[in-house]
Amino acid sequence: MNLTAEARDGALLVRVGESRIDAAVAIRFKEMMRDILKEPAPRVVLDLSRVEFLDSSGLGALVAVMKAMGDGRRLELMGLTPNVEKVFRLTRMDSVFVIHPDLPGKELRHVG
Amino acid sequence: MLAESSPMPRPRAAAETETPDPGRADRRPGAPQIFVHSCNADPLAVRDALAAAVARFVDQLSREEAGTLELVLAEVMNNIVEHSYGERHEGTITLSIVRDRRGLSCSVSDDGVPLPPICLDEPRLPSTDVAREHLPEGGFGWFLIRDMTRDLGYHRENGRNLLAFRLPLAAPAG
Repeated sequence: MNLTAEARDGALLVRVGESRIDAAVAIRFKEMMRDILKEPAPRVVLDLSRVEFLDSSGLGALVAVMKAMGDGRRLELMGLTPNVEKVFRLTRMDSVFVIHPDLPGKELRHVG
Repeated sequence: MLAESSPMPRPRAAAETETPDPGRADRRPGAPQIFVHSCNADPLAVRDALAAAVARFVDQLSREEAGTLELVLAEVMNNIVEHSYGERHEGTITLSIVRDRRGLSCSVSDDGVPLPPICLDEPRLPSTDVAREHLPEGGFGWFLIRDMTRDLGYHRENGRNLLAFRLPLAAPAG
């Protein structure tokens, strides 16, 4: 599981360098994200642009990560590929996460 | 695998055993129309099975249809790994897919515990209109399966689960 994190414009930008977040890696993904989120940042932006496949286990892992962040912090998503976007849409979880349509988020890039 | 009985691409002229109605026959040269794959019930073997299934039919599917096929099969097979064989930590899953004029007809079988009847009820999404700490982390799998498939049926016989369903496709075969 390849995750890289960097601070950008007061947010923590986490890039998922994997093509899949599925049942085989969901637990590992959760564990690594929990380690990364020990870094204090009010906003965490997860770049999913390399992820081509997300199943219900991967979706559950994303929800678990957001819940573990607590109420004072936001988990935002960017770069959803079509198959990933479809899972969020069908399960209505697109109403739960902040999802940025652009790739990458302009407000993060122009400062960096 | 059944498809190994015709390892070489078949020329059109060799299709004399197919149905004689030229308007309905699938005349796609060489495309294997049946896919059968057995794998161990573990998440990495399921990944390989998904890749093999999608590779077999990808030239007949739109990108969205290929994504749907992979997602449905992933949900069904990972449910078997986690729940049907969950206590045993081992078992075999057999996946069969037949391409016909309306789409893909799929069946998945395993020798694990019976499927709880509630899984076959009308699909219902876990509520997302709740406080963050109560958000659902599961319960999406069967909703996705029911949402994306047609004619879903379940049968158990001689200790074996058989789940069958269809994935409609936009373009007709051939």
